[in-house]
Amino acid sequence: MTEPLALETSGLTKVYGSGHTEVVALRDASMQVRRGEVVALLGPSGAGKSTFLLCVGLINPPTRGTVTIGGKLMQDGPRSLGDLRRFRREHIGFVFQKSNLIPFLSAIENVQVVGELIGRPSSVARRRAKELLDALGVGKRAFNMPTQLSGGEQQRVTVARALANQPSLILADEPTAALDSVRGRQVMELFRDVAHRHGTGVIVVTHDHRALDVFDTIYEMEDGLLKPAASAIARATVAHA
Amino acid sequence: MNLAVRDIRHSLGRFVLTTLGVGMLLMVVMGMGGIYRGLVDDALVVTRGIGADLWVVQRDTRGPFAEVSRLPRSLVDRVAAVPGVTDAREFVFHTIQREHRGKPLRMGVLGLGWPTDKGEGLPLIAGRPLAQNHFEMIADESLGLGLGERLRLGKDTYTVVGLTRWLVASGGDGIACFTSRDAQAIQFDEPGESIRLERQARRARADEIDFGRTQPGVLDRASGPAQNLAALPGPSISAVIARLMPGSDPASVQRSMSGWSDVTTYTGPQQEELLLKGSVDRARRQILLFRVLLTIISAVIMALIIYTLTLDKLHPIALLKLIGAPTHVIAGLILQQSLIMGVLAYGVGYLIGTRLFPLFPRRVLVTNDDLLRLAGIVLVISVLASLLGIWKAMRVAPNEAIG
Repeated sequence: MTEPLALETSGLTKVYGSGHTEVVALRDASMQVRRGEVVALLGPSGAGKSTFLLCVGLINPPTRGTVTIGGKLMQDGPRSLGDLRRFRREHIGFVFQKSNLIPFLSAIENVQVVGELIGRPSSVARRRAKELLDALGVGKRAFNMPTQLSGGEQQRVTVARALANQPSLILADEPTAALDSVRGRQVMELFRDVAHRHGTGVIVVTHDHRALDVFDTIYEMEDGLLKPAASAIARATVAHA
Repeated sequence: MNLAVRDIRHSLGRFVLTTLGVGMLLMVVMGMGGIYRGLVDDALVVTRGIGADLWVVQRDTRGPFAEVSRLPRSLVDRVAAVPGVTDAREFVFHTIQREHRGKPLRMGVLGLGWPTDKGEGLPLIAGRPLAQNHFEMIADESLGLGLGERLRLGKDTYTVVGLTRWLVASGGDGIACFTSRDAQAIQFDEPGESIRLERQARRARADEIDFGRTQPGVLDRASGPAQNLAALPGPSISAVIARLMPGSDPASVQRSMSGWSDVTTYTGPQQEELLLKGSVDRARRQILLFRVLLTIISAVIMALIIYTLTLDKLHPIALLKLIGAPTHVIAGLILQQSLIMGVLAYGVGYLIGTRLFPLFPRRVLVTNDDLLRLAGIVLVISVLASLLGIWKAMRVAPNEAIG
């Protein structure tokens, strides 16, 4: 029996407004992400990348289409917010452009809270948080507050938090935008390592073409249309060579 | 992990200052309750301390605490003769204001029925009861007089031989106890010139009504002290208080005096009720309403503070929703903060209040029942105050964490 895909979307469409004010942000977007696969999503601002992540992340329901995560069909019609929230906390990890750590929790507590939310005992969640921070190279800063961490350290803590629930899927929205090129590449490589080591599907929305060689698959999005980006892959391969 | 505690720890200074502010407000609520309770207790302390079973007062008046009541001294003997009465005493009470050590000294003057009542039943904290028929007094400590201190009132000087605590009139003035004779001497004291003028006027009135010619002996006495005018002196005591024999029914004794057309009788509880519904009623209701108002203001202020604290946390709340935190975790964060603030503020209010209230000029009587009731109210306020914040938090969308 084949292992279920980390993510499968089919005919995903998102329409905002109606009549004269109707805007189609996403048109019939279909994508498959295997476990352990790292996918880049490119495209200009307003192309629909973030809308795609919101639909896939079960935050903003699509107008049409289906979302299947880890073999479980999650978006094929109305579902309760509680159901979606429960699924999110158990199966999806999020990383954003800004580090988005909870300001009143220390680095380790930011990771630990996710473990506790999925019902792990506090001590177990804390131990797991420490392991993740150590693995991502910020173990020594575990007890620092977010404001005491550099941008790169904050982003690593965010990645650790995204991994704390051992998700099927990690969604990252421009995670390197606030970092210099060296730090940005380190974070991208981190995603690849995490995906390969944990068997997690990773989708990264990025404008950073310098690190495209890190990704297994690259998609482009324009005017809400999603398509494989052959030209971008070629550019990345040349750049990497 | 307790998110509420973590958030408080993060903005500790602001939380502490806010809690102090709310605590002060609760202290005022506590204090208003204490003033209300003190007012009621002060109003009743004299009547309860006297322990009268029956109060006999001037006909159709509400007694010496509500209005002027004047009775002849001979009424004491009449009341004592009623079956069921074991003891009847004269009751003299009035308020005076004099100058003492350059400051106004206002006191309630209470006459004790010497020699049966020497003040043994008073709440003495120092000194002794009265030991002689004249020139001794027992003063409440709120009057600021010391043991052995001598005070000139009228034409006589009185020595403080005992001190009481919280023996005050319904108006809050400390009470000084004298023998009833001395109390009356103080009450009816007049300057020499005034007496001289009154005697002249009395003589003139007697001349005008031809009274002097028909009663020449009386005319002679009109120029002397008023107490020598056996037929003319005015009534001089405020009320007669009676104790009943054990097992006697106050209502039946009261019925037997109901035929007397010059007096009205009240039982002890009736007198207390008259007191509370009369002289202190408005003040009591005013304080009660003010207290209710303060409680509502506290609730509104707490709700606004919790709401503001929630507004500051909207982004972390959106983030928590994004990573899948259930509703009860987010609502719990706000509710727990509100409860922690309420409980700590209550503690602050209590601690500051217990140190400040004794310095107040009037008694602030904070009872355990009132404290428990206020604690319950604070808990309810805390829960209600958090509702506005929770409502706001519930409206935050998880994608607001991304923008």
